[in-house]
Amino acid sequence: MTGVVGAVLQVIVVGVGSPLLVGVMRQVRARLEGRAGAGVLQPWRDLRKLMRKEPITPRGTGWVFRAAPLVLAGTALVVAAVVPLVTTASPLDGVADLFAVTALLALGSVALALGALDTGTAFGGMGASREMTVLALVEPTILVSVFALSIRAGSTSLGSIVTATVEDPLSVISPVSVLAAVALAIVTIAETGRIPVDNPSTHLELTMIHEAMVLEYAGPDLALIEWASAMRLSVLLGLLASLFFPLGIAIADAGVLALLVAVIALVVKVGLLGVLLSVGEVFMAKLRLFRVPELLAGSFLLALLAVAASFFLA
Amino acid sequence: MTDAMYIQLLDLACGAFLLTGVLVLWRRDLSAIVWLFALQGVALTAMVIVLGVRQDDLELILIGLGVGALRAALLPYLMRRALVASGEARETQPLVNVATSLLVAAVLAMLAYAVSQPLVRLSPTPATQAVPVALTVLLIGFFVLVTRRRALSQLVGFLLMDNAITATAFLTTSGVPLVVELGISLDVLLAVLVLQVLTTRMRAAFGGTDLDELRELHD
Repeated sequence: MTGVVGAVLQVIVVGVGSPLLVGVMRQVRARLEGRAGAGVLQPWRDLRKLMRKEPITPRGTGWVFRAAPLVLAGTALVVAAVVPLVTTASPLDGVADLFAVTALLALGSVALALGALDTGTAFGGMGASREMTVLALVEPTILVSVFALSIRAGSTSLGSIVTATVEDPLSVISPVSVLAAVALAIVTIAETGRIPVDNPSTHLELTMIHEAMVLEYAGPDLALIEWASAMRLSVLLGLLASLFFPLGIAIADAGVLALLVAVIALVVKVGLLGVLLSVGEVFMAKLRLFRVPELLAGSFLLALLAVAASFFLA
Repeated sequence: MTDAMYIQLLDLACGAFLLTGVLVLWRRDLSAIVWLFALQGVALTAMVIVLGVRQDDLELILIGLGVGALRAALLPYLMRRALVASGEARETQPLVNVATSLLVAAVLAMLAYAVSQPLVRLSPTPATQAVPVALTVLLIGFFVLVTRRRALSQLVGFLLMDNAITATAFLTTSGVPLVVELGISLDVLLAVLVLQVLTTRMRAAFGGTDLDELRELHD
């Protein structure tokens, strides 16, 4: 029962909170750069404004273009329900393990890239090709690094990995976890299109990856994409927090109170990670596009070493 | 020291040892590479001291401290001096690009794991189970040695190999005798000093230490 309630709570918290997370991150950046900033609620205001606009699509685009935002938002919501953020006993956990989550994330990215290709513009194609370059190294890294953690738990279900960590918190201080944490942090940054891989706040053609793919979208479609990107960011940050710092997560058969505590813990943890990420972004420059595969190959190697180390140092 | 804590500390030291070895491949900044080498020296020291405390062996702890003084302090200091004197800040163009060499390192890790299996099976203790880590660093050091062009980063490759050999020795045996370790350490120190003199001479004669440009004989 708590599992169902927890899963619903997760979807609500992620759905409502992720634009706020983006707002907080922009506000932190603005303050550190000496600007006043638009306020934490600005992403929600933007979404409301976009939702009211007339849905238009460029001439010549087909159903792929129109379906892409829906698929992206849908997969983000399903992942938010499955990943252990508030409760480890999600009712979907049995059918959706680590491989399913990674596949769902990849499905969303591929849908968006196909939508960008469907417009037939130069920018769309460029953005899609860059996104695929990044994706090709990001997805295996997520798989391999979480797989390294799953060896200890003896199961690829994310819920049981987190439960194992909750039961033995000191096991986080091992080379396997450290290597996997670094790898997963790097791919989280790459997957969500933050500095140093992609700059979320420019329209400069040299730098954009995500922006180039969504240039042709307008109105409610754009709102869906922005919302889904925010949800992916908060789900991945939440996954990072749950896997390596599972303090406060409600395990199976916990009461309603535990769920409330878990929600607060989740908000605090993800908020802290978001602030940390945006502070890091202020002090960093974007990498050249040709250096990005180097960074991602590095994180893939770390993930692979994490798996190797979990066999070496068993 | 309890069993669980001993294993955790040893694994942590081995993990740091491996991580610093891998990061050497990643960075192009020569000063960052020297820093990483120093950190690896610290990890090696921690490894030896953990083994020494576990076996309650004062001599091993002292050897650990000596290893630390040499590899985490003296050698990085000498390298940094050579670096400042040379004025070359970057490994401009490794023979194999960074992304590829990182993937090669992954293959080398697998190879090290495969070849060290018979060794681990001889006596499967936590210490010997970490031998693949040391072998991985050995192979990575060799890879750095053959793919880098600057004399200083080749030197780092050589020293990585030497660190890894020392680590293997301490992990497989229950402690290397003081005399043997002293001999090895002095050898390494001598090699670094000779190479430092050599790089200074090279720079004086050719104006750089890019070894690929040294193809013709000069008089």
